[in-house]
Amino acid sequence: MLSRRNIVFVVLVAILECERPLFAAQSQTSIFSPQSAPARSIAALSHFTLALTGLIFAVVAGLLVYVIIRFRRQDNDDGSEPPQIFGSTQIELSWTIIPILIVTVLFLTTARVVFDVQDAPKPKSALDVTVIGHQFWWEVRYPGFQVTTANELHVPISTSSAPEPTFLKLTSADVVHSFWVPELAGKTDLIPNRINELWISPETAGIFKGQCAQFCGAEHALMLLRVYADTPGDFAAWIQQQQLPATAPQSDAVAQGRKQFETLACINCHAVNGTVANGRFGPNLTHLMSRETLASGAMPNTPENLARWIDDPDTFKHGSLMPAMHLTKPQIDQITAYLVTLK
Amino acid sequence: MSTLPISVPGYETHQPYKGRVAMFTLIAAESAIFTIFVVAYIYYIGQSLSGPTPREVLDLPIFNTIFLLSSSLTIWVAERALVRRAMGNFMAFWGLTILLGAIFLIGTAHEWYKLITVDHFTISTNLFGTTYYSLVGLHALHVIVGLILLLAVFVFALMRALRPEDTKRVEVLALYWHFVDSVWVVVFTVVYLIGR
Amino acid sequence: MSESSLPLPGSLPDATAQENREGTFGNIVEILHDWVTTVDHKKIGILYIVYSLLMLVAGGIEILLIRLQLAGPRLNVVPAEVFNRLFTMHGTTMIFFVAMPIFVGFANYLVPLMLGVRDIAFPRLNAFSFWMTAFGGLLLYYSFLGGTGLQGAGTSPDVGWFAYAPLTERAFSRGHSTDFWALALIISGFGSIGGAINFITTAFCLRCKGMTLFRMPLFVWLMVVSSVLVILAVSPLTAAQFMLLIDRYLGGHFFDTQAGGSATLWMHFFWIFGHPEVYVLIMPAFGIASEVIPVFSRKAIFGYPAMVAASVSIAFVSLSVWAHHMFTIGMSAAGNAFFALSTMIVGIPTGIKIFNWLATLWGGKIRFTVPMLFSLAFLFQFLIAGLTGIMLAVAPFNWQLHNSYFVVAHFHYVIVGAILMMVFAGFYYWYPKATGRMLDDRLGKLHFWLFVVGFHVTFDVMHIPGLLGMPRQIYTYEIDRGWGNYNLIVTIGAFIQAIAIVIFVVNLIASVFRGKIAGPDPWDAWTLEWTTASPPHAYNFDVEPVVSSARPLWDLKHPDDPD
Repeated sequence: MLSRRNIVFVVLVAILECERPLFAAQSQTSIFSPQSAPARSIAALSHFTLALTGLIFAVVAGLLVYVIIRFRRQDNDDGSEPPQIFGSTQIELSWTIIPILIVTVLFLTTARVVFDVQDAPKPKSALDVTVIGHQFWWEVRYPGFQVTTANELHVPISTSSAPEPTFLKLTSADVVHSFWVPELAGKTDLIPNRINELWISPETAGIFKGQCAQFCGAEHALMLLRVYADTPGDFAAWIQQQQLPATAPQSDAVAQGRKQFETLACINCHAVNGTVANGRFGPNLTHLMSRETLASGAMPNTPENLARWIDDPDTFKHGSLMPAMHLTKPQIDQITAYLVTLK
Repeated sequence: MSTLPISVPGYETHQPYKGRVAMFTLIAAESAIFTIFVVAYIYYIGQSLSGPTPREVLDLPIFNTIFLLSSSLTIWVAERALVRRAMGNFMAFWGLTILLGAIFLIGTAHEWYKLITVDHFTISTNLFGTTYYSLVGLHALHVIVGLILLLAVFVFALMRALRPEDTKRVEVLALYWHFVDSVWVVVFTVVYLIGR
Repeated sequence: MSESSLPLPGSLPDATAQENREGTFGNIVEILHDWVTTVDHKKIGILYIVYSLLMLVAGGIEILLIRLQLAGPRLNVVPAEVFNRLFTMHGTTMIFFVAMPIFVGFANYLVPLMLGVRDIAFPRLNAFSFWMTAFGGLLLYYSFLGGTGLQGAGTSPDVGWFAYAPLTERAFSRGHSTDFWALALIISGFGSIGGAINFITTAFCLRCKGMTLFRMPLFVWLMVVSSVLVILAVSPLTAAQFMLLIDRYLGGHFFDTQAGGSATLWMHFFWIFGHPEVYVLIMPAFGIASEVIPVFSRKAIFGYPAMVAASVSIAFVSLSVWAHHMFTIGMSAAGNAFFALSTMIVGIPTGIKIFNWLATLWGGKIRFTVPMLFSLAFLFQFLIAGLTGIMLAVAPFNWQLHNSYFVVAHFHYVIVGAILMMVFAGFYYWYPKATGRMLDDRLGKLHFWLFVVGFHVTFDVMHIPGLLGMPRQIYTYEIDRGWGNYNLIVTIGAFIQAIAIVIFVVNLIASVFRGKIAGPDPWDAWTLEWTTASPPHAYNFDVEPVVSSARPLWDLKHPDDPD
């Protein structure tokens, strides 16, 4: 009976091991649905590793089950002690050599992927993007295009016929963060006083989700990341849009809102291109409404959410570094009316 | 009776004096701590964004070093004297060791006084300041602890309370003092030779 | 279970046992005073163990709250700040105030008995080490009362158990949470180093006659190796914590990136401690396995010298693998490759140990006592844990899995599935020696099955959210990530394990009064502790034993076939 239960456990665990890849299909952040070259290399190596360790598990666990069943004390045991065996040089040598061989194979395979991914040559067509981590949002800059945005980055797709990978430079303005979009690449940390590099090459257009993967303080959990892979045409259009200065107010109400924004300390932290607002501490708001979410994914970008955020950021993100400005409702409504025009 | 007299003949295994093993183990732990401070010092050589550099403010503490390293010699002579039970000699050289150690500390204090009041160079000035004061300070702390223990033994000797069986304990303490001196060799090399 | 085949004394009531019972009715103050001022290794061992069990409950409550918060997406069981304190305290508690001290407790109790001597090398240092450890833990928990009090969970540490800089610098961590963390661990670190000095010295200087180093029980060897690692690993952590306090209070810039300091320097220093630390935790578990498995297979350990060599190799190599916790910080390809290789290499001697235990079972007559059940589960689970460790050693795979729930699953597989499993085995095995009574067998088996089921429900499933992109140390997650169902299952398993632990604690307490009387050698074992009374007299041995093999009792019981 005991032996049957042990077998059940072994089988259960084996099934779980094999079923892991199956679950991948249901998630947008699975490491097993790679959509970009580095993620693909990693996934291939991972499959090999899983197969190898699965084999080792099957052999050793199988032996363990066998031993437990075969050498259990029988009911009719006479109480004598079995022959005492203290070792065997031959056996011990073989179970030292075989693991050394396995490690050699695994290491060589690993090293190849490490060098392939990390030292991949950068084609001339590559796009340069700089990502700067903040508590608790992502500053995204396109140095070649003079564009600064936040939390949602757009990149062109990169196909084998028209390769246009994106090479990211990663750093931080405060503490250590980590850039992780599983379907595109492994994660790389954003470390203050240091510039790290990461490259991605999304193959199909679409949205790729991720989030900060290094504990960075109170709202680490809500430092979400969205990468939009666009067709070349869409990407060019997006860049053009982002390069424009802020939409000028088209009505008095909006102009009034802008005046409030510029006099009520908002500009200490925020920038709106083409206006006096030039703060660096918080996200650039020039094209705020071109983003699908607010506060790095904390909530959808709607005027109601925006108003509530301005009123008290703590309702959405308790540790966020934006203070509650203690504005009156009319002030909030006016500022919101202004901000929603920043497309 | 709670145990069987197991009287199968075995052979004597020579086991070292426990104080010695313990002191070596403590020295290993302390070495690991000092290594981390030395690594930090070396890592940050030339990395300070502003403020004075080692070359600008540090003078080679030649005399200080001579005093401290000779204290290793005097303590060794004291140990030999204690083994011979030549208590007069022992106290003379042991006392000399303490004196040399104290002079070293005074020298360090003097150096720091100049750095702080004249050069306005403190632990918070820059990376060099942080790593310098931490490393040299940690060493100085160990010298202070050593001196206190050496003084205690000196007092026991004065009270004629050092018995023959205490010799090996004194030798173990001397081991600690040698360790402190050898750490100074490393600190001197890294801070005053390599780092400058 | 079969009793000793030798008519050892202690199965008859003797005067000292009665004397102990009379003392029990004595003055409470006297008893307390005795325990607080004791320098006896057995009492200090029990102090460590009881302390660790109390901390296990604290760490367990923390994790149950965490699991409730994570059981579904965007729940509000606890606010973010409290959650961040809970997981920091859970990790810090379990590693420094449960796993480390519980083995120091076992070692304290057992090492002198196994070596045939009166006490450990430095009994007063021993007591000092315990009280330093205890005080460190109390200081850590005092943090819950500081700051804004319990509602905001006080000012307890909230920076993660590895406290990365510069999050821990004054600029980003106002208040005293980081200070509690650093000070509590500096203090308990001195306790750990004191204990390590004691065990190393005892093993090298205080063995009974005839006991060469290669006749010591493997548990003692493994404690020595663990202690050497403590000496070499805890010291760097202490140094780094001093540096952090210098930064926070003396204006230092060790990890102050605004002044040119390095965040990665903290990482290197921390993991130079952090990796050997996990071997500090597992070595004693290996030691217990090497005592329990042979006895219940009725065979000597297969390959004693290889086991010693493998343990020493693991310790040595483990000092060179630390940056496998840092594959994502932007090291060069060569750097990543080196640490991948060293990490894979450390798997080789580890695997050898598993094979040796397997070979010990082979050809034996396996008795499924409760300690053996836990040991067999240990073998399965440690195998899996080691294999997920090999997966994590593959640096590119690590770039995806680092800081995800896959890693959390892996290390809990080691710490709970292997280490805690052997802690339980050790309890069931040596409790009769320390108390004179057996733990209840039926409750033990219930504890075992319930715990193993709960363990697998939680930690097998936990790998999946990691593979699906769930990072660790997050207080909540989005609905659209698809992690909710798995997290719910993980939470359910946690509560099953909690129930099993309650059963275990009930067994521990009840068996003191109602357990079957054990006698000196209830398991028919072979090492010196089983020659003393249960519990042993204060002085351990009437006469210093003289041994001529690693299994002195086997030699006595089998004069025709001694080792």
